[in-house]
Amino acid sequence: MSEDRRAQVARQFIESIPHARALGMAFVEIGAGVAELSMPYDVRLIGDPQTGVVHGGAISTLMDTCSGAAVMAHPANPGGTATLDLRIDYMRGATPGQTLVARAECYHITRTVAFVRAVAMDDDRENPVATATGAFTVEPERPGA
Amino acid sequence: MRRRPEPVQVVKERRDRALATLVRAVPYLKFLNITFDRRGDELTAILNFKDSIIGNPMLPAIHGGVTAAFLETTAIIELGWQGLWSEIEGGRVDAEALSVETMPRLPKTIDFTVDYLRSGLPRDAYARATVNRSGRRYASVHVEAWQDNRSRLFAQGTGHFLMPSDGGAAE
Repeated sequence: MSEDRRAQVARQFIESIPHARALGMAFVEIGAGVAELSMPYDVRLIGDPQTGVVHGGAISTLMDTCSGAAVMAHPANPGGTATLDLRIDYMRGATPGQTLVARAECYHITRTVAFVRAVAMDDDRENPVATATGAFTVEPERPGA
Repeated sequence: MRRRPEPVQVVKERRDRALATLVRAVPYLKFLNITFDRRGDELTAILNFKDSIIGNPMLPAIHGGVTAAFLETTAIIELGWQGLWSEIEGGRVDAEALSVETMPRLPKTIDFTVDYLRSGLPRDAYARATVNRSGRRYASVHVEAWQDNRSRLFAQGTGHFLMPSDGGAAE
């Protein structure tokens, strides 16, 4: 499969995910082992009503989705993927009203496991909101493909 | 002479009201349709299944991010609830007067690690949190989630939380 085709399949798969749609996720970029996804601010995702800060769970979901996309888009991955484990570090609350962007990089892949790093940012790109590291499965065949 | 215990309905109503206010204070719980079942002070979180939480439409399976969010919110509500419980049972906070606006601040997540053991099936999921340590500033919480069998977990998580500094109203 060509790199463009692989990125396209990963994009289509992510865009077909009901929960990614419910959160309004959209691709900023997808390439060989990297993905960037955005998620608009939404009052339904608030975790702290006194400040309007989005719940960490929604940020985890954005980073998990973005990480999965990066694994699917990696040239050495023959098929789909599932999360084995994910660790999130929350550095600060995301600024209310701002769109969040996650960038994930699949920095190592074996026949069975993919290792991913991700970062979530609001408008202040120099000062990340959260970071994540995860291990993902490498599926022998893309489901349904 | 010992005071006569309060009627059971009065006690239940007070505790249920406090829990409902705590849960209502977090809009994201409503978005995911996460509810809480209470037995005495023990909470069980319920992730009520709906199609919009699917993460893999081919299987289908619950989104891993939703599973992470479910575990994390269960840990936060458990910590908030333990604090609220002692305040209410100790008579320091009046459950009648509690509102979303006056609710004590909830702990903030420092880090959270999720271990995915099997895929989340398209049906309800349950979770319980254990507070392994709760200090003045930091807390460490473990959460287990299952679907059909309590002993067959589909995910578990551990996280560290920053406790609200004032232990009471807004900063």
